[in-house]
Amino acid sequence: MHPGLNEILFISTALFFIGVYGFFTRRNLITMLMSVELILNSVNLNFIGFNKYLWPHKLDGLFFTIFVIAIAAAEAAVAIAIIINLYRSHNSIDVENAEELKY
Amino acid sequence: MPNNFYIVLIPLLPLAGFLMMGLFGRKYFKNTSGIIATILLLTSTVLALYTAYGYFFEYGKAADGSYQKIIPLTYHWLEFSKTLSIDIGVILDPISAMMLVVVTFVSLMVHIYSLAYMKGDERFPTYYAFLGLFTFSMLGLVVASNIFQMYIFWELVGLSSFLLIGYYYEKPSAVAACKKAFIVTRFADLGFLIGILILSYYSGTLDFKTLIATLTSPESNELKSALSASFLGASALTWGLILVFIGGAGKSAMFPLHIWLPDAMEGPTPVSALIHAATMVVAGVFLVARLFPVFAISDPAALNIVAIVGATSALFAAVIACTQTDIKRVLAYSTMSQIGYMMFALGVSKYGGEDGLGFTASMFHLFTHAMFKALLFLGAGAVIHYVHSNEMKDMGGLRKYLPITHITFLIACLAIAGVPPFAGFFSKEEILLAASQQSNTIYYVALVTSGLTAFYMFRLYFTIFWNKEAHLHGEHKGEGGFAMMLPLLLLAVGAAGAGFIPFGHYVSTDGKALQSEFHLSFSIAPVALGLIGIFTAMWLYLKQNDKPDKIAASLNGFYKAAYHKFYIDEIYVFITKKILFNLIGRPAAWFDKNVVDGLVNATGNTTTLISEKIKGLQSGKVQQYAIYFLASIIGLAILFIYLWK
Repeated sequence: MHPGLNEILFISTALFFIGVYGFFTRRNLITMLMSVELILNSVNLNFIGFNKYLWPHKLDGLFFTIFVIAIAAAEAAVAIAIIINLYRSHNSIDVENAEELKY
Repeated sequence: MPNNFYIVLIPLLPLAGFLMMGLFGRKYFKNTSGIIATILLLTSTVLALYTAYGYFFEYGKAADGSYQKIIPLTYHWLEFSKTLSIDIGVILDPISAMMLVVVTFVSLMVHIYSLAYMKGDERFPTYYAFLGLFTFSMLGLVVASNIFQMYIFWELVGLSSFLLIGYYYEKPSAVAACKKAFIVTRFADLGFLIGILILSYYSGTLDFKTLIATLTSPESNELKSALSASFLGASALTWGLILVFIGGAGKSAMFPLHIWLPDAMEGPTPVSALIHAATMVVAGVFLVARLFPVFAISDPAALNIVAIVGATSALFAAVIACTQTDIKRVLAYSTMSQIGYMMFALGVSKYGGEDGLGFTASMFHLFTHAMFKALLFLGAGAVIHYVHSNEMKDMGGLRKYLPITHITFLIACLAIAGVPPFAGFFSKEEILLAASQQSNTIYYVALVTSGLTAFYMFRLYFTIFWNKEAHLHGEHKGEGGFAMMLPLLLLAVGAAGAGFIPFGHYVSTDGKALQSEFHLSFSIAPVALGLIGIFTAMWLYLKQNDKPDKIAASLNGFYKAAYHKFYIDEIYVFITKKILFNLIGRPAAWFDKNVVDGLVNATGNTTTLISEKIKGLQSGKVQQYAIYFLASIIGLAILFIYLWK
């Protein structure tokens, strides 16, 4: 069966809430980072789906997707760097231990 | 007119002296500052004499033989519109030329005198710096071509007076006196400022020449609008002039704004001679004289007030002067009384021709008064220097110890008492003549005052130099040397001879020569009264006896009231402390403490309170933040989708 816009939006929404759930429930910073990636990818799916079904002769959605992927890569690099530094100072990557960063 | 650039040097040289002594005096001119300042002022005096000579005898007269106003120098400073601008300039007319001479001459005398009087003072350079500042401001005031320029220098004069009264700042009484002088004159200056604003609003200019021209020509629209606008039953012009006069009355110590002058005697005695006798206190008279055409032509009502206030002050101060025991205070009240004379002479004058006699007489008296009153103060300074006391009871029989002071003091007393042929006689006669032509009441007040003047001056003279035998203890260093005697002698020459100047030829309301005739029959009454005053004083005070005390006792209530200066100070204290402080000061303080401060504190307290409550939101838990974030987004989404129609 050829997937329609509804199916794509369904998958995208599911992916988004899986990501949100992961972000809220995991204590491990790496897992939380992966959840954020899931959220970003759900947005990418949205872009591509709308581009294909609503304006098939344009490429705006694709370009946005490429941008998002690029930024996600950069963000992952920054996040990993923060996590490594946190590990060095706290010997843990548990988000509960990062609480004292507010001071 | 030739190159007049040198005129600007007359005020600027004392200013240079002030800057030099004020900035570097204590380091580099510790001992030489007096000499330097005196030389600078000597140059100023010579230039002033040269200017006055040039004005009166060379270029001052217009084609028709009358003296005119010349503005040799002017500098546009602040321009608000085409006609309204604040200029800094020099105006030359008979009164400013005369004042230039008076101010520089008396100031020079005081500079020389202080060389000896203030010798060895810890703050010698500072003293000369202040004297220079005062001379600069006073000269700037008299040559002001713009009413606002005059106001600026007016305030500067007030400031230097404040500094010099408070010169002995270790003495609490001097500090209180300088504060009092500053506050009272400032209060009066507020009137002056409002007066300036009213006058310039209606005339559209601040320049004296234009202002007088606009407000005296009956056809001008400015004058018509100023006369037709009325407030509380008087025209705007009357209000403007009265307010300006209040400023002048404050500076000139006219009743009831006179309370600062007797206390101002806390300053060094030469300062009293310069500022509080000869120059600054006549600034008010000068101000009225400067605006005289406006007063006389357009608003006789305001001029009447000047006359009444002047006559009241003259009599009032003379009565008080008879009872005081501090010699400088006697002289202070005498100054107030004589300035009252000048004021009411202006007040009874009219504009133009023979009717302008009062104006001429007033300026003439200002001139002669500067001579003999400065002499009296400097003589009193010599006495105080000798006996180290201001009180009459510590003096007596000093004529053998201070011969030069004695003679010069006597000349000054004769001059102020109006005994011919000394200077005061001529000017006082003119004033009395002018008064008798206009108002009988004022004439009789003036006559009584002139008798009282003779009495209290000779009371002072006899108690200092005769009365009991001198019983002096300790070392006494003589009369104070050449530097103190020279000014006395020069001023004595002035006090004796200034009356022979044909003043009416040079100074009159409209610039035309005024022929003042000498009426022998008219002079009999005042001279006789003066002599009666002198002989009464002689009878009471020549030898030590109990007659003065008996008379004082028989006049019990009145004497006591006069001795306490008619309780004017107490009335002021009552009004300020009891009424103003309680009714306005305290509520205002309460309002400030509780309402204004309260509002400010409430803002701070509320912020603290709210942040106390919500600071728990910032937990440091990233996931909690994310939940808030998500919840808010969902909330907003719901809001936009379903509720925002």
